[in-house]
Amino acid sequence: MLKITNSSKTFNPGTVNEKRAITGLSLHLAPGDFVTIIGSNGAGKSTLFNAICGDFLTDAGTIVLDGRDITFTPAFKRAKVIGRLFQDPMRGSAPGMTIEENLALAAGSGGWFSHMRAGDKKRFRDRLALLDMGLEDRMKQPVGLLSGGQRQALTLLMATMNPPKLLLLDEHTAALDPGTAEKVLKLTRDIVSEHKITTMMVTHNMNQALELGNRTLMMDRGGIVLDIRGKEREGLTVDDLLEKFKANAGRAMNNDRILLS
Amino acid sequence: MNPSALLAVGQTALELGLICSLTVLALFLSYSMLDVCDLSTDGCFTLGAAVGAVVAAAGYPLLSIPAAMLAGMCSGFITALLQTKLGINSLLAGIIVNTGLYSVNIAVMSGSSNVNLNKKDTVFTMMKGLLAGTPLKGQHVAVVSAIAVVLVVAFLTFFLNTRLGLAIRATGNNPDMVRSSSINPVFTTIVGLCVANALTGLSGCLMAQSQQSAEINIGTGMVTIALASLLIGATLMGRGSIFTRAVGMVVGAFVFRLVYAIALRLDMPAFMLRLVSSVIVALAIALPYLKEQWPVISRRLAYRQTAKGGN
Repeated sequence: MLKITNSSKTFNPGTVNEKRAITGLSLHLAPGDFVTIIGSNGAGKSTLFNAICGDFLTDAGTIVLDGRDITFTPAFKRAKVIGRLFQDPMRGSAPGMTIEENLALAAGSGGWFSHMRAGDKKRFRDRLALLDMGLEDRMKQPVGLLSGGQRQALTLLMATMNPPKLLLLDEHTAALDPGTAEKVLKLTRDIVSEHKITTMMVTHNMNQALELGNRTLMMDRGGIVLDIRGKEREGLTVDDLLEKFKANAGRAMNNDRILLS
Repeated sequence: MNPSALLAVGQTALELGLICSLTVLALFLSYSMLDVCDLSTDGCFTLGAAVGAVVAAAGYPLLSIPAAMLAGMCSGFITALLQTKLGINSLLAGIIVNTGLYSVNIAVMSGSSNVNLNKKDTVFTMMKGLLAGTPLKGQHVAVVSAIAVVLVVAFLTFFLNTRLGLAIRATGNNPDMVRSSSINPVFTTIVGLCVANALTGLSGCLMAQSQQSAEINIGTGMVTIALASLLIGATLMGRGSIFTRAVGMVVGAFVFRLVYAIALRLDMPAFMLRLVSSVIVALAIALPYLKEQWPVISRRLAYRQTAKGGN
């Protein structure tokens, strides 16, 4: 589904601030893979996501998604097949517009001059009801009035309104309170398994990294140091994981926000 | 003030308010929706006036309207291009275009700094002919402007609720989100500024024809006057649907002109208009900020008081 070959990105090359964010990274995801990603601070997790989404062009290497080479495709075109959620719940929706207007924009059906139809509103209402947050009765309210958790849940709906080929979750529950985080996570699971979306999720929660999905990647210094799946992944404990990281990266995992339990 | 004088004040305010409200609606699109403060508004207003006057003087009063709108659209396109494709700050892009337009406007008026429309047919004289003998006799300026305003408000209400309109509104709100909806924010900015400046051009065209002349300074200060009207309108009717808010813009333009007209009657000299609009804009933008800062300011003042008492 996703094939990244030998990709590199260096920020501020040739200056004292030079930062080699990704170094010759290759990765191959099969359709329907749900990959959790953990790693040290500055390991390049978010940079990898930015590169896949096209926020910048990589210095070297190619990115192929679903058989199409997207290495030089602009970000807004890639967004057609890539859904994305950030840690900051404010980034995914427009606060000055109503819930239904946000959803209409994300749904993207119809031509430039099409209006929201009754059928669209009904569809939005049904989707919102799935969240179980009462948002279906507040469709005419501006999104700015929602709480962070509600906004993140709404963003999840928006990102998966037209099921993307690839869903990137960058610690999307980290800024939410535990209860809401649990809810958004459950919703993520349901949507991903319903539409069999290939998903990559960055997390700081080591248990979550092992529990969710079918494959775990560990990143360090711009590369993938560990890639575990299948039999090897079953029954693995957090301690095993940290041990493996140390063996492969040549140093202990250094992440000040890590959650071990 | 006697009733007939009061009526005359209201009449002028209504006519000027209606014509200027088209510029306010243009800023409603660029300033409130796209979050771009388009400083080319002054020049674009004059451009619309110049193009409209030249075309009307040539004997095509009806053609003058689309011509002025098209000219405004071109100006908006260039402003948008500078800020989206050439990396120029949006305020600076407006200033650059505004400066350039000065030369363009004089060129449009064949090297002169004004065009006289005396004894020429304009859209207003045409309407005057149509209204002769009806109860609306003598109201031709108000009628033509009102028709234009109604059409523009209807258009904006329709346009800003289409998918493209939603995308334009989101561009000023959260460009990231526009991109993740697979829409290029560069495209929405260009379309938004083109439409906005077409409206500014229309406003200038009607202004010139209503006063039967276009001159190079007709648009000077327009952006501040329109912003003042916009902020008044947003305070009065800033919430609700696009239609309500658009109507609010027209009301804001009228209220601004009414206050100004009354001030003129109370012997305020005409040259004070721009100072008044500057003060209104500065206050309207500063007040919400000061309100937010007030707890800190008041606490600091109280602290100073006690410190003094302690000594």
